[in-house]
Amino acid sequence: MSYKVVHYINQFFANIGGEEMAHVAPELRDGFVGPGMALNTAWKGEAEIVKTIVCGDSYFAEHEADAKKQVLDWVKAEKPDMFIAGPAFNAGRYGYACATIANAVQEELGIPVLTGMYEENPGADLKNKVLIVATANSAAGMRKAAPTMAKLALKLMKGEKIGASAEEGYMPNGIRRNFFEKEVGAKRAVDMLVAKLSDKPYTTEYPMPSFDRVAPNKAIKDLSKATIALCTSGGIVPKGNPDHIESSSASHYGEYCIAGVDDLTAETYETAHGGYDPVYANADADRVLPVDVLREMEKEGKIGKLHDFFYTTVGNGTSVANAKGFAAEYAQKLLKAGVHAVIMTST
Amino acid sequence: MVKEIERAGIPVVHMCTVTPISMTVGANRIVPTIAIPHPLGNPALTMEEEKAIRRKLVERALEALTTEVEDQTIFEV
Repeated sequence: MSYKVVHYINQFFANIGGEEMAHVAPELRDGFVGPGMALNTAWKGEAEIVKTIVCGDSYFAEHEADAKKQVLDWVKAEKPDMFIAGPAFNAGRYGYACATIANAVQEELGIPVLTGMYEENPGADLKNKVLIVATANSAAGMRKAAPTMAKLALKLMKGEKIGASAEEGYMPNGIRRNFFEKEVGAKRAVDMLVAKLSDKPYTTEYPMPSFDRVAPNKAIKDLSKATIALCTSGGIVPKGNPDHIESSSASHYGEYCIAGVDDLTAETYETAHGGYDPVYANADADRVLPVDVLREMEKEGKIGKLHDFFYTTVGNGTSVANAKGFAAEYAQKLLKAGVHAVIMTST
Repeated sequence: MVKEIERAGIPVVHMCTVTPISMTVGANRIVPTIAIPHPLGNPALTMEEEKAIRRKLVERALEALTTEVEDQTIFEV
């Protein structure tokens, strides 16, 4: 008894034609077609493609609802153990069709799905919804893609637990799976450094997030008329940390009133931050949130006003996404309150 | 956080010790400060001396806010 698979491919891989045949409507064929053979071979009889659905990439793009309906009807009738689409490599419409149809089969029919494409394929946008094997950017990568997809598909059909993305070859989808490395970290780190120093290729174990840039805003023309607000990631809070801001991985920020406060003291303020030695900040929180000097400047008329509220959170281990969320929210409050500029202090 | 404030349209200056981090993350106006546990203080000094340094640093920060910048700029004291 072998598992039954339905395979979705486009007009090119079905050998119908290239761009000039991208308009063809879906067709249902028996058995495998084109690259399906590589998948069948890899499964060695444990699974087989019972039906292949061929659809023109332009047809799918231009008649998505109809194409989806037709494909879903056919798959439903066949009741396969698995639905596989592609691999699409770098073909954009094909990748989009593969990811979209796989997602539809998964959601509406509850059948396990798998597809494959190049990381930059627009269809890869769905990698958190649909399991996508990462492939090379051209069909020359078929000899590696097909066995990788076949192996992962078989695991899924057998109901086996799948490993980390790095182990199984699928695009990281936000789900963490732990595994043991074969070599200790120290050796891996030295090997990576040696490769880097010798200009040899190396693969990072932790890709850095890419940071966007925001254009600087116009400078303040007249400080003596400006309302300046203080914000900090140094975790300065009223003594006792009334809102329980966490010492690490903060889940929220605090908004505190400093109207009438001329100076932060050890009796009235402290730091909640667990990532630096708190002794100095606890003794005098002005060392992290300079309320005392800004209040003096306000009294001297050097600045128009020190805003009545300061916004604080703990930067220690707090995710970029969370920090972004906090600031986006309190920036709106600052705007509404007519604040002209902000001084953000960090430790 | 600095970028979100900038994105909202408010000019912002980042006073921090590890300025390379601020540069990587993308702050536009940066003022380097004294040390991680006390960016705007120095417990080795007297309270008056500390306050004077704090004042100088904040003045630089205000200067940064009144200076037009095209690109990421570090305003040393």
